[in-house]
Formats: sequence, structure tokens, C-alpha cells
Amino acid sequence: QQPAQFTNPETPGYVGFANLPNQVHRKSVKKGFEFTLMVVGESGLGKSTLINSLFLTDLYPERIIPGAADKIERTVQIEASTVEIEERGVKLRLTVVDTPGYGDAINCRDCFKTIISYIDEQFERYLHDESGLNRRHIIDNRVHCCFYFISPFGHGLKPLDVEFMKAIHNKVNIVPVIAKADTLSLKERERLKKRILDEIEEHGIKIYHLPDAESDEDEDFKEQTRLLKASIPFCVVGSNQLIEAKGKKVRGRLYPWGVVEVENPEHNDFLKLRTMLITHMQDLQEVTQDLHYENFRSERLKRGGRKVEDEEVNKDQILLEKEAEVR
Amino acid sequence: PHAGPVESRNEAAMSELVPEPRQKPVVPMKPMGINASLLGYIGIDTIIEQMRKKTMKTGFDFNIMVVGQSGLGKSTLINTLFKSQVSRKSSGWNREEKIPKTVEIKAIGHVIEEGGVKMKLTVIDTPGFGDQINNENCWEPIEKYINEQYEKFLKEEVNIARKKRIPDTRVHCCLYFISPTGHSLRPLDLEFMKHLSKVVNIIPVIAKADTMTLEEKTEFKQRVRKELEVNGIEFYPQKEFDEDLEDKTENDKIRQESMPFAVVGSDKEYQVNGKRVLGRKTPWGIIEVENLNHCEFALLRDFVIRTHLQDLKEVTHNIHYETYRAKRLNDNGGLPPMTVETEENHESNL
Repeated sequence: QQPAQFTNPETPGYVGFANLPNQVHRKSVKKGFEFTLMVVGESGLGKSTLINSLFLTDLYPERIIPGAADKIERTVQIEASTVEIEERGVKLRLTVVDTPGYGDAINCRDCFKTIISYIDEQFERYLHDESGLNRRHIIDNRVHCCFYFISPFGHGLKPLDVEFMKAIHNKVNIVPVIAKADTLSLKERERLKKRILDEIEEHGIKIYHLPDAESDEDEDFKEQTRLLKASIPFCVVGSNQLIEAKGKKVRGRLYPWGVVEVENPEHNDFLKLRTMLITHMQDLQEVTQDLHYENFRSERLKRGGRKVEDEEVNKDQILLEKEAEVR
Repeated sequence: PHAGPVESRNEAAMSELVPEPRQKPVVPMKPMGINASLLGYIGIDTIIEQMRKKTMKTGFDFNIMVVGQSGLGKSTLINTLFKSQVSRKSSGWNREEKIPKTVEIKAIGHVIEEGGVKMKLTVIDTPGFGDQINNENCWEPIEKYINEQYEKFLKEEVNIARKKRIPDTRVHCCLYFISPTGHSLRPLDLEFMKHLSKVVNIIPVIAKADTMTLEEKTEFKQRVRKELEVNGIEFYPQKEFDEDLEDKTENDKIRQESMPFAVVGSDKEYQVNGKRVLGRKTPWGIIEVENLNHCEFALLRDFVIRTHLQDLKEVTHNIHYETYRAKRLNDNGGLPPMTVETEENHESNL
């Protein structure tokens, strides 16, 4: 659709701004995308394996798994790993925020504090940058999406799951995920999904809702969106091991009774989860900006008295200046 | 054949009277040799048959407790073990049943019969364990229950006019369900087993083991065994109670290789290779519960029911109960506790 050489287009009324999306697209491709994904759940629910499977990488090469005695003393940590992925010229700067220690302690009363503080800090920093003088290079470290892992071994949501999701559903997009889904038969999966959805509704928990497909999208896309919406929460299996199955090498898990294929839609919802994440990355960012961040911002500005703000701003200003110097 | 140990074992089975506290062997006993050469057949060996007949007539009690987070398949496993619906499933799909706010103790008794032998089986469930946000001390109601049963037995024992057969509600075996995370034990697992292994026989099992591949299973079991050892947790069969070399060899193998048993339970049957088997059906295959290549359920079943059932009861009676009794008598200045029948006194003596 690009006008070749300043010639007048055929249609008289045509201005040419229909070309805008392409320009935006080109700029985005050049700039690259930033996305921050937070991962929360008890130890041993398959979080790391799933993240590695989703992004076909090993984000945790030197991982040491602590024993139970070590876990008794530990509090929840925040660990962020950033990886740059490039596909067909499109760059994605993905940050995965892990929360080891969550749900492990005998008393999980204080589990959430660290996590909520982290989310708020990112909002605070963005708010500060946005209000600053130099706004050219605002880095967006806000958490755009939180995968919350629900145990496949339980009968539904645990008290901790309910309390945590209620504490963060106004701050971040929650996508509930059930990993290690190969522990469930298909019937058990359906029951568990239904039970979880019922409990989410019962407790008034707001999870991320995929927007309906626009009326002008093609049928395939509409159907895909319908399927995705109907499958939440996703029951997934993660693996980066290649197993021989039906004459091909597939990513999967080898059991004495058969092979579970990660990318087989009849075995689990992995492909659906991946599709949802990729096709809705933009929307997840938008909702974070338009809803969660704006919520935070209005609360924050209403709350913060002038004096306190100024002092904080000064401290942060100094820190920022120092950072700029280092850069 | 060993003369000493077998006799005391059968005695306990028949009358459930209080035998002499069994000395813990410092050195594994050698099997006693038979040095008298018999001049003819006397018929001493028929005592085995007599005992067997008696046992069949009286039947016996077995009390098994299950502990673990909600949803780990405890009820299903008990039903699979005893091939009957003896454990009311925590009806996970019924909206009305919620996780209780504190740990509850629910004991349900059934009489099951096999080959003319009657067993009064009591399954003690502990819903609510480990399910709260704050699980501190959630093992206390369980420890209290176990001690209460010892107390009940003690009270009956010291009665002047006591029953011929004291009803035995003591917990003979506690199956502790470990979540198959594949990583390590959880802090709550350690705390529970540390406290309770001193008062009851604990058999740790890895629940829903169909979530792990063979490699993952082996690694996880090794790690769990190591953690239990490092933390000084003695699960059943405890090393210090091995009676002789034969016991020790057999139990060593179980302790160091088989346990904790990685199990899968099911009460549904499917057709596999022309046979009906208990299993779980998935899109990628059928998991056969009693197939040793798939999981270790059969090992657990054989261990608890077919080989060590009587021993579980004996260790409970001769060791755990005796420990409780000795402490109670000591606390009371060497005198037996008051045997007034009222409920209030019963509580205050505790």
C-alpha cells in the first residue's frame, strides 16, 4: 500500500494514513518488545520446566534445589531473569520474575508481602519516571502478567491460593495455570477446571479475561479465541526433553505406560497457553497500563501528601542521576 | 525355626494381655539351634494350627491412620489397599464439603473378611492437615489423638476387673503422604515426622506417583531418604527394633531401596491384555496400579498387609505403648493412673 514516488493516488479522497499501522509495526519491530512475566506457586509444581518449555530456553542453568530443612528458615525471594529472544527480526526482551519460597513455609501468613511490594515498586518507579523531566527512555519493568500455579493434586483452590489472588487481582493480570497436568485423567481435568472456575467466581477473584474477537476478524481467529476462553485455566505439561514417539522426535515425558507429548493438544493445553500468551502479549500490556497502573496511580496520587512525595522524589532523583552516570 | 520371638508374637495376637516389655536387642540375636533330638513325634508343632484357629475365631483389630494434604489420594489408596470402600472419599467435587479450619480426626470402622479371617479395620482420617495458610502445630491434634488411645488402653489395663480382651483403638500404622513435587520434602513433612515418629509407626508414601518418570522417581526417593536420615527421622521399620539378623537384612533392603513407596491408587477397573486390572486411564496409556513396572502399590500392600501387619501391631504395643505407659507411671510417682470412670477425670489425667 506504500505510495511509490509522490504520485497522486488514484482515488481523490485518499489521504494515506491507512499506512499508519505499518509504520507503527516497523517502529515496534525496530524497538523490540518488553514483557515481564511473574511466576508464582509452591515448589515442585513444574513452574521452571514450563517456563523453559514455553520459551524454548534454559532460564535456570545453575539451579540448586534446597532441601526441606533449608526451606524452614527461608522467606520469599524475588529473582528476575531477563532473556532476549529474537524471531523473524522481532526482538522480545522477556523478564521472568520468580518467587521461590512462596507457599513452602509452615506458616505462609507473610508469603505475599514481598511479592506485592515488588509489584508496587515497579509501578512506583514507572510513575516516577513518567512524572520526570526526561521521559525518552522509560523502562517498563511493570509486571504485565502473573502465571499463578495451582496444584493438580488438590481438589481445587487452597486457602492460600484464594487469599493471594484476591490480594493481587487489582494489581496484575492473573492467568491461572495447572501444570503437571499429566497426573490427571481427562475427566479429572474437566472437573478440576470447573471446580476452580466456580471457586474463582465464588470468591470474587478477577482473573485476566481474553477479549472477545472483533467482529471483523476472520472465522478461524474467532474460533481460536472461543477455544482459548473455554479452556481456562490451562492444564499444561512442560518438558524440553526429546522423546521418540510414533516415529518422530517430540518434546515429552516418557512413562512406562506411554509418552505424554507436550505439543499434542489432545494431551494437554500447552499450545493453547503459548498461543494465548503470544497473541495477547499486547493486550496484557495494555490492560496493565490502562487498568492496573492507572488504579495504582490514582490511589498513589490521592494518598501521597506533597511533602512526603517531594522527599521521596529527591532521593530517587539522586539515585537516578547516579544510574545515568554509571550508564 | 526360632523358639523365643515367634512365641511372644503369637501370644500377643491371641490374648492381647500385657506381656513383659520386650528388651531391645543390643546385638542381633542368633537363631537358636534345636539341640534336643526327639525320640518320636510329640505334636508340639500343632500349636501353630491351634493358634491359627483361635485367631480366626477371634479375628483381629487393625487401626490405620492417614495423614497428608487434601487431594493426595489418601482415601483412594486406602480403598485400593483393602479392596473395599472403607474410606469415605473427601468428596472433592461436592461444593458443600470445604476444607475444615482445624485438623479433624475421623475414625471409621469396618469389618472385612477374607478366607474365614475377620479383620476389624479402622481407618483414621485427618482432614485439614496441612491445608491452611498457617499450619503451625497442625500435628498437635493428631499427636493428642494417638496418646488418647494409649491412655484408654492403659486405663483398661490397670482396672481391677478388666475385660478379657481390651479393645484396641491404638494407631498401629500411620501412612504419611508426601506430595510428589520431585524436589524435596516440605518443611511441614519434616516437622510432622520428627514429632510423630516417636509415638507411632510412620510409613511415608509418595502419593500420586504417576506424575514422575522412572528417573525422577528414583532421584526423588533417594533425596527423601537422605533428608529423613539427616534429620534423624526413624520411620517404620525402625532400625533399633530389628530383632535378629534375618529381620535386619530384610528390613534394610526395604528401608534403603523400596521406601518411601511411590504409589498410585484407583478404584476403577480397565481391560488390559484381556485382564481386568485396577488402573487410571489417560490419553497416553493405562496406568496399572498393581503392575510393579508402573508403581509400587503392590510393594506397599504386601508390606503393610501380607508381611508386616502383625509386626506393626507388636511394635505399637511393645514399644510405643510401653514408652507411653512408662512415662505416665513415672509422672504419677510409679503408681497407675486413677481409674475413675468419669469423663472429666479422664481428661484431667491426661
